Amino acid sequence: MQLELRGITKRFGALTANDHIDLVVAPGEIHCLLGENGAGKSTLMNVLYGLYQADDGEILLDGIVQHFEGPGDAMRSGIGMVHQHFMLIPVFTVAENVMLGHEQTSFGGRLDLDAARKRVREISDRFGFSVDPDAIVGDLPVGVQQRVEIIKALSRDAKVLVFDEPTAVLTPQETDELMTIMRQLRDEGTSIVFITHKLREVREVADRITVIRLGKVVGEAAPTASNSELAALMVGRAVELVVQKDVARPGAPALVVENLDVIDANGLKVVNDVSFAVHEGEILAIAGVQGNGQTELTEAIMGLQPRVNGRVSLGGQALTGLSVRRVLDAGVGFVPEDRTEDGLVAEMTIAENLMLDRSHGAPFVARGSLRRDHLDDFAEDKKKEFDIRAQSVSTPAGRLSGGNQQKVVLAREMSRDLKLLIAAQPTRGIDVGSIEFVHKRMVETRDAGIPVIVVSTELDEVVALADRIAVMYRGSIVGIVPGDTPRDVLGLMMAGERPAEVAA
Amino acid sequence: MSAQTATPPATNDPSSTQQPRANAILKEIVNGNVLITVLAVFLALLIGGVLIAFSNEDVQAAAGYFFSRPQDTFVAIWNAVSGAYVALFQGSIYNFRRDDFVTAIRPLTDTLTYAAPLIVAGLGVGLAFRVGMFNIGGRGQMLIAAAAAGWVGFSFHLPWGVHLVVAVIAGIAGGALWAGIVGLLKARTGAHEVILTIMLNYVAFYLVSYMLRAPGLLQAPDQVNPKSPPMLETAIFPPLLGPAYKLHAGFILVILATIFVWWLLNRSSLGFRFRAVGENPNAARVAGMDVKNIYVYAMLVSGGLLGLAGVMQVLGTVPTGFSSGIDAGIGFDAITVALLGRSKPWGIFAAGVLFGAFKAGGYAMQASQGVPVDVVTIVQSLIVLFIAAPPLVRAIFFLPDGSRRRRRTTPIVTKEVEAK
Amino acid sequence: MSTSTAVTPDATPVSATLESTEIRSWKATIALGVFVVVALLLFVVLGRDGATTFRLSSESDVVQLADWVLPARSTGITVTVLLALLTAVVAVLTVAGSRLSARLRRVALAVSIVAFTFLFLLAFLAWAAAGESIPVTGLLLGTVSLSAPLIFGALGGVISERVGVVNVAIEGQLLAGAFCAALVASITGNPFAGLIAAMVAGVLVSFVLAAFSIKYLVDQVIVGVVLNVLVLGLTSFLYSTVLSQDTQNLNTAPRFPRFPIPVLSDIPIVGPVLFRQTLIVYLMYIAVIAVYIGLFHTKWGLRLRAVGEHPQAADTVGIRVNPTRFWNVSLAGAVAGLGGAYFTLDSVSSFGKDMTAGAGFIALAAVIFGRWNPIRATFAALLFGFATNLQNVLGAIGSPVPSEFMLMLPYVVTVLAVAGLVGYARGPAASGKPYIKS
Repeated sequence: MQLELRGITKRFGALTANDHIDLVVAPGEIHCLLGENGAGKSTLMNVLYGLYQADDGEILLDGIVQHFEGPGDAMRSGIGMVHQHFMLIPVFTVAENVMLGHEQTSFGGRLDLDAARKRVREISDRFGFSVDPDAIVGDLPVGVQQRVEIIKALSRDAKVLVFDEPTAVLTPQETDELMTIMRQLRDEGTSIVFITHKLREVREVADRITVIRLGKVVGEAAPTASNSELAALMVGRAVELVVQKDVARPGAPALVVENLDVIDANGLKVVNDVSFAVHEGEILAIAGVQGNGQTELTEAIMGLQPRVNGRVSLGGQALTGLSVRRVLDAGVGFVPEDRTEDGLVAEMTIAENLMLDRSHGAPFVARGSLRRDHLDDFAEDKKKEFDIRAQSVSTPAGRLSGGNQQKVVLAREMSRDLKLLIAAQPTRGIDVGSIEFVHKRMVETRDAGIPVIVVSTELDEVVALADRIAVMYRGSIVGIVPGDTPRDVLGLMMAGERPAEVAA
Repeated sequence: MSAQTATPPATNDPSSTQQPRANAILKEIVNGNVLITVLAVFLALLIGGVLIAFSNEDVQAAAGYFFSRPQDTFVAIWNAVSGAYVALFQGSIYNFRRDDFVTAIRPLTDTLTYAAPLIVAGLGVGLAFRVGMFNIGGRGQMLIAAAAAGWVGFSFHLPWGVHLVVAVIAGIAGGALWAGIVGLLKARTGAHEVILTIMLNYVAFYLVSYMLRAPGLLQAPDQVNPKSPPMLETAIFPPLLGPAYKLHAGFILVILATIFVWWLLNRSSLGFRFRAVGENPNAARVAGMDVKNIYVYAMLVSGGLLGLAGVMQVLGTVPTGFSSGIDAGIGFDAITVALLGRSKPWGIFAAGVLFGAFKAGGYAMQASQGVPVDVVTIVQSLIVLFIAAPPLVRAIFFLPDGSRRRRRTTPIVTKEVEAK
Repeated sequence: MSTSTAVTPDATPVSATLESTEIRSWKATIALGVFVVVALLLFVVLGRDGATTFRLSSESDVVQLADWVLPARSTGITVTVLLALLTAVVAVLTVAGSRLSARLRRVALAVSIVAFTFLFLLAFLAWAAAGESIPVTGLLLGTVSLSAPLIFGALGGVISERVGVVNVAIEGQLLAGAFCAALVASITGNPFAGLIAAMVAGVLVSFVLAAFSIKYLVDQVIVGVVLNVLVLGLTSFLYSTVLSQDTQNLNTAPRFPRFPIPVLSDIPIVGPVLFRQTLIVYLMYIAVIAVYIGLFHTKWGLRLRAVGEHPQAADTVGIRVNPTRFWNVSLAGAVAGLGGAYFTLDSVSSFGKDMTAGAGFIALAAVIFGRWNPIRATFAALLFGFATNLQNVLGAIGSPVPSEFMLMLPYVVTVLAVAGLVGYARGPAASGKPYIKS
């Protein structure tokens, strides 16, 4: 089935997320939609899928104009979607998730679960997925959940399949398997739209490439285009993939983590016997695919995890068992992974967010009262120093763009007297300018002799920043390697293998 | 909040800064809360009027021959509705049928008397809202507070002044304690405060009912009814404007409480933490705040304020001894007061005065026009419903859909902290 | 975890690949311990002499069972010892639970707690009615009667919350149902018309709840609370201005007669309790089963639960989220409205101001106590009905416990349950959250 988008325009208030986008996807081809975070790729696909109504433009399937009132219409027309955030109901079984929305019923209106199970097995066998139809989806690893999404789309006879950032949650090996599946689907005649911002994947699998920037199509490229060509198209200027930094001059070990275990609410050891040290004046990157215990590890250091065994000390002072406030007081700066959820109070002003973790005493509180004037002066200073773009310091933090929000968090954490900085996914979902700014500040912090831990799932970021790299897999550290370790070695380690030449 | 992932990043609308100032002010009035509030009150009174007209016997009689003399029906409707609302006004603000100002203004002082417990109770509920909690337990907290303050009030023998202070403190402590149980259980076990407060309302009701009919505890010695003895003279709030008016010195406490809550929320470090936890408990926790303790503190303060409302009842409004109905539904009215005041201290003060006026006027209306006082309950709940849904009010009055960004009317986020 | 082995390493649940440790929770043990102390105080320290007679049949029963006589004091002592033992068992299960399989431990725990509850109740009855006799069928019959409106209300709550709308307005739905049932049945002289009117009234309350929470995105708890006040005001106003003007014609509803089901009603104990009831109670049995099967075994239920758990996922497979919510909240109102009809077409035949007196809130507690499951919520409602009726029965024979404390019991039990035994009750994930598209 040939898919064609003509002049699709979608606005959100003053923001134009899609600006007259044209796109043609031929049957049996993998068409890559490449663009930065926030370029408007997902919006476009949500328009295609009937989740959003376009303000202008039309969608054609095999030359016929379509009018999608909702996803139901899109699905009936043969469009399937594998969502970035899986659209699966965690408490349902695989079969229930697959049948949802086009249920078959048997006598007396009862759900025909057997038919659904059969359908799951059929599709699952065809692609060698081996997914148990009766497993509860929430118990399955993300890689398998993604296959459930694919089965869900295929069980509705999708002729056009959209993959929205499908590799974000996968190990390199799982990514390879996904590529194989995509090729297999293509060869069976399915049209595939593959949305991503990762250049390597595009070059590996795409038949055609369309690049989107700031809601507009900025060009097409052949799969043979080089990384730097694609990157230039994507961000509109030559990108500096390398962070300017001098060689590290590590000092004494500052943060020492020994035999750390973290047990989650279900009794699972999500961090298992982790030991490492971070020295003064170095950046240790913790790499790994999302969900391999990195989040829990940083939270355990911060005192945010309730069930922790092992020892953590900073400059000889034990951190284990301390409350979050005591850990912060000990000089630990923390940039949480999810800034809107954990880093900021969206309804509070920029100034108030800047004092969020210092509400107990000096310099912003005296005798139980806030020192508003003092806080405003401080906030004005930080707004300038960190180039926070906002009307005033009394603008609610929730109104800022992602990059400016992250600068608020960084400004808050870096204006305390730090002995350690932990930054989790510091550049996730922010614009290129802010990324450069954040990276620069990380390196400056390191150069000031402060140990820095950067947790990142982006290999590019890890390689650009790290002096040493610790790779995590299923709650354990696979190995700690120098910052210049080749990517393929890191990739293997992210899948849990320890190459022979890598010492522990 | 998966539904939010789809929202586009917020951008600063450049047009908003370049508008002429007067234009911006006008826009604020049209789209803003003031107009919506006024229209909501008007709309609610209108519906109340329909009910009054519908139930009026003259109107029913005139409607019987509507097609021969329709004007009779309209006259009857006008008489019924205007009569009721004039009575409401005369009963709550200024009775222009009296000769001298001193008696004519008495309804206004009655209004303030009724408003006193409503305001403090509203402050308590509103404060809990700001910390992201729903305190529906006003009834229980008021009852326990009333029992504590009342017990001190009728059984202790202390000098003038000291007695009142001790009784007030006992009441506040009682309310704080009863709410504190909720805070503690929520913090320690993760139980939801809505259920806990509702359940504890009943526990408090039966507990106080029992004590009121147990002679050694709260029951008046010579009584068979479940009722306490009257308060001693030394424990009663003295009249504020002389013996001609019911308004008592407790109203000064109300003003002080409003100032205190304003300071607490906007100027204190504890209030800063209250707001942070209320808006985003996860970020508060990551910033080193002890979210669980904040819940306990907030419930203690909230319960203390509701306790003060109970104190107003036993030592101010009805000092002649109390029964288990002493809360007079104020614990629930407080929720609507807090919503109407948008959880802001002075907003709650104004809302409390309005509802106090309804209450004072409602009784006058019932007495003089025979309109059941329940119509006031209806009008109050309608006001809150309309205020909570500005788009509805706009649609009814054909107002432009001003702000595209949905204004959050009440900062109520009963978000749970992730169980980590 | 899953016992299926025919899966590749890829497809094994995460939990199988991570080491697992036992997390011990002492909540259950502590809660039971509290009850043991209560038992020790009441049954042993304050123990009473005399024998308690449990009357298992009434004169009208076809099959007559002999009375069951227990000496109060020795029963109390025996039971207290047994309760202590059971608590010890639960403690041991908590400490050494990891050696048993999860399922075995759950079953053992559940059996212990059920046995504990039964024994405690038995000893309590024996203690409270020492020297008197307890009509067991009467006690249970009253339980079913008092529970019926709670069960309807709880079913309404379950449906509404499962689809993602918190329903605090059950009280309002019950009250509106009671009012309309009384009015319409009185006017028409037909209880069936009253029943339908009650459902319509419940639906109308639901419409407001749904419109404000779904269309205008008002916080659902607020709408619920305010709706309760509004319905109370409206019904009281109309009661004063309309019903009480002409009680004879407007507020004297015909009641449903008791209709014993042949054969079934002759079964000892169970028969008189369950099968000598009115039509509304039989409707209730049907409703409980229908809601259970509907929720978990039909297309309707699957979609409803999907909308309540993950509305966006439901949207992406073509389920229209907000209409689904709207109509199911309305359905919930109809079910709760039936519960309202019970007040005026079954227990008494006229409406009174605020006659539901907080039953809606108990129903809400039953929803949570029953963890959003219709069957469990029904049992929770029965438990509350039992406690209330126990107070009536003991009040009649002159119990040593002040009636207020008996009336307080359901609420205290709910607090304990919500805080202790139930623990982190997990409701439908998206309940209370409005669904906003683009």
